[in-house]
Parts: sequence; C-alpha cells; structure tokens
Amino acid sequence: MDNFLTRALIGLGRKVTSRIWRLGFAARFFLAILLESGTALRRLNLTIREIYFTGVLSLIIILVSGLFVGMVLGLQGYDTLQRYGSSEALGVLVSLSLVRELGPVVAALLFASRAGSAITAEIGLMKATEQLSAMEMMAVNPIARVVAPRFWGGVLSMPLLAALFSAMGIFGGYLVGVQLIGVDEGSFWSQMQASVDFREDIMNGVIKSFVFGVIVSWVAVFEGYDADPTAEGVSGATTRTVVTSSLAILAADFVLTAFMFRGV
Amino acid sequence: MSRTALDLWVGFFVAIGLAALLFLALKVGNLTSASTGETYALQAKFDNIGGLKVRAAVKSAGVVVGRVSEIRFDPEAYLAVVTIQVDARYKFPKDTFATINTSGLLGEQYIGFEVGGDSAMLASGDAIKKTQSAVVLEKLISQFMFNKAAEDGGKK
Repeated sequence: MDNFLTRALIGLGRKVTSRIWRLGFAARFFLAILLESGTALRRLNLTIREIYFTGVLSLIIILVSGLFVGMVLGLQGYDTLQRYGSSEALGVLVSLSLVRELGPVVAALLFASRAGSAITAEIGLMKATEQLSAMEMMAVNPIARVVAPRFWGGVLSMPLLAALFSAMGIFGGYLVGVQLIGVDEGSFWSQMQASVDFREDIMNGVIKSFVFGVIVSWVAVFEGYDADPTAEGVSGATTRTVVTSSLAILAADFVLTAFMFRGV
Repeated sequence: MSRTALDLWVGFFVAIGLAALLFLALKVGNLTSASTGETYALQAKFDNIGGLKVRAAVKSAGVVVGRVSEIRFDPEAYLAVVTIQVDARYKFPKDTFATINTSGLLGEQYIGFEVGGDSAMLASGDAIKKTQSAVVLEKLISQFMFNKAAEDGGKK
C-alpha cells in the first residue's frame, strides 16, 4: 500500500515537473529565437521563402473559408435581425463580428492547421534525419538558419491573412445580404461605417492576429524542434502543434478581448 | 521555384493583404469620416444623462461635429459633467443649447447642439450654460398615466 502510494506520488510529481520543465524550455527557446533572428532579418530571402510557404500557400483556404463564413453570417444574421425589423443593421453585425473576433480567430485556427502543422513536420523531420545536427557540425546555428525564418514568416503572414479573411467575409455578407436577400445597399455600408471604428475595432483585430501569429509560430517551431527524432515522434508533435496552438489561440483571445472590449 | 517567382508571389500576397487592410479601414471603418484633426474641449452639466456613453456622437443639425470624451459626477452640485471634444473646424455661439436626444425610439443617445444667436463663440474649456437632460421613458409614461388618472378622477 505504502509502496503503491509512493509510486503514484512519484509518477504525479514527475509528470508535473516535466511539464513545467518543458514550458521553461519553450520560453528559453522563444528567447533564443528572438536573439538569433538577426540572420533571418538580414538574409531576408530566407524569411521571404517562409512567407511564401506559410502565407501564400494558405491564401486559398483563408479566402474561401472567409467568403463562406461571411455568407453564413449574412444568412443567419438576416434571419435574426429581420424579426426585430432591423435588417439594415446586417452590415454592422457581419463586419463587427468578423473584424473583432471571427477574422483573427478563425484565420489563426486555419493557419495553425494549415501552416503550423507543416512547419512542425518539416523541422521535426529535419531533426529525425539529423539535418539539424549536421548544420551544427558545420558551425551553422540551426535556430538562426531554420527556426527563426519560419517563426518570422508565420508572424508576418498572420495579420495579412486575418485582414484578408475579414475583407472576404464582409464581401460574402454583402453578396448574401444585399445581392441575394435585398437588404438596402446604402444602409448596409453606411451603418457599417458608422459603427466600426478604425482604432477600436480594426486595429485591435490586427493586434489580436499578430499575437495569434506569434503563438502559432512559436508553438509550431518549438514542437518541431522538441519532437522525438522518430516517425512516431514527428506525427505526435504535429498533432500537439494543432491542439496546443488552437487552445492557446482561444485562451489568448479571451484575455485580449477582456482587455480590449470591456464595453466602457 | 526560382527566386523571382517566389518574390513575385510574396509581393502579391503582401500587396493584397495590405489592400484588404485598406479596404477594412476605408470602406468598413470610419477612417475617412473620423476627423483625426484638431479638437477643442467643451463642458456641459446635465441633471440626468440617461444612457449617454463615452464616445457618443455630438450632432448639430444632424451632422456629427464631435464626440463625448468623458463623463463624471460632480459631487458638489450633484450633476453629471460631460466633456465634449468638438472638431476645431466648427465654432458654436456662447448660447448654444445642448440636449440629450435619442436616435429613433430605442436607439443610441447623442448630444444635440441647437445653435443660438450670440456673436461670441465658445472657446476651448468653456462650459455650455443651457442644457436639457435626457428624456427618461419611464418618467414620461408614469407622468402620462398620473395625468390620465387625475383627469378621470376630476370628471367624476
């Protein structure tokens, strides 16, 4: 009994300390990326290559999902608003929900599963095939050469993708609301412009997407770098990237929203 | 993929991303109408501000000329003190009348300026002397009901 209890406690303690140790490692890794990003910014073509892989290749999924999310918002919003005889407020509903919340959050979730998982798999496979060790042997710092460009590529792509998502969504809401259902076009746009504030709504959305970009890119490069150098390890790390970054995005979204929109 | 093609795609991506941001700023947001220019502060005291909020519009003849920047309570006079930032392009006479209005029956509340005839203009930091408080719907209804009851009682 005593033996069993001790073993259970030891197991629990080991689990907790290893989690905390891993968190600390992730924080030091983040610091190392920031310290080593001189190369990524000096040799800009490395970062540009990563912007191509994370940003440009995510364009299709972001644009198409943005359009559909906006169209659904248009249909559902109209259905509810017309009960209160205020279907002209559809533009306000669509634009505020996209610019403040759905644009940054859904774009970041898509980005995590589209680009974050790819980054993790790539770095994890580099580790498994000992390319990272080979670089170190040649006195090339793998954090500076491999990790930092991918990190900055993700961070720079994310706000642009979120803005595209919101713009596409508003266009989708316009298509459904104005073209399909027949909400008055003038009040659709003018009410939208009257209630969307550039600094309060749009810039806060951009700040959110920037923070999400940092979170997703950080989680993705860390999981890849920390992956067990086996086929199983890489697949597990890819899964963890998507799960961890999605949860972190939603939690960070709550914290940011609580600070930004307290309904003063 | 060649270096030029890569740069081209990334350039295209950044360009449409910035274009989307510009679209949000100009077409969706109110960056064009919001004057980022100079403003001057005016103060107005109200008995009751109703549901007036910070950042509510200040309108004259229906045109937005400023925003409410601060609402606080004056503990000596027991009045609400509302600070208004008015666009510096617009000057108002000293005897301007500030009222709290509601857009529509249940809409947002805003401050309306009814312009007087004084030749002296309000300057930064001035207080508006003549104000009218928000109309509280419950009070209005209860007043109407009591009047009605009093009338009915008088007839008997």
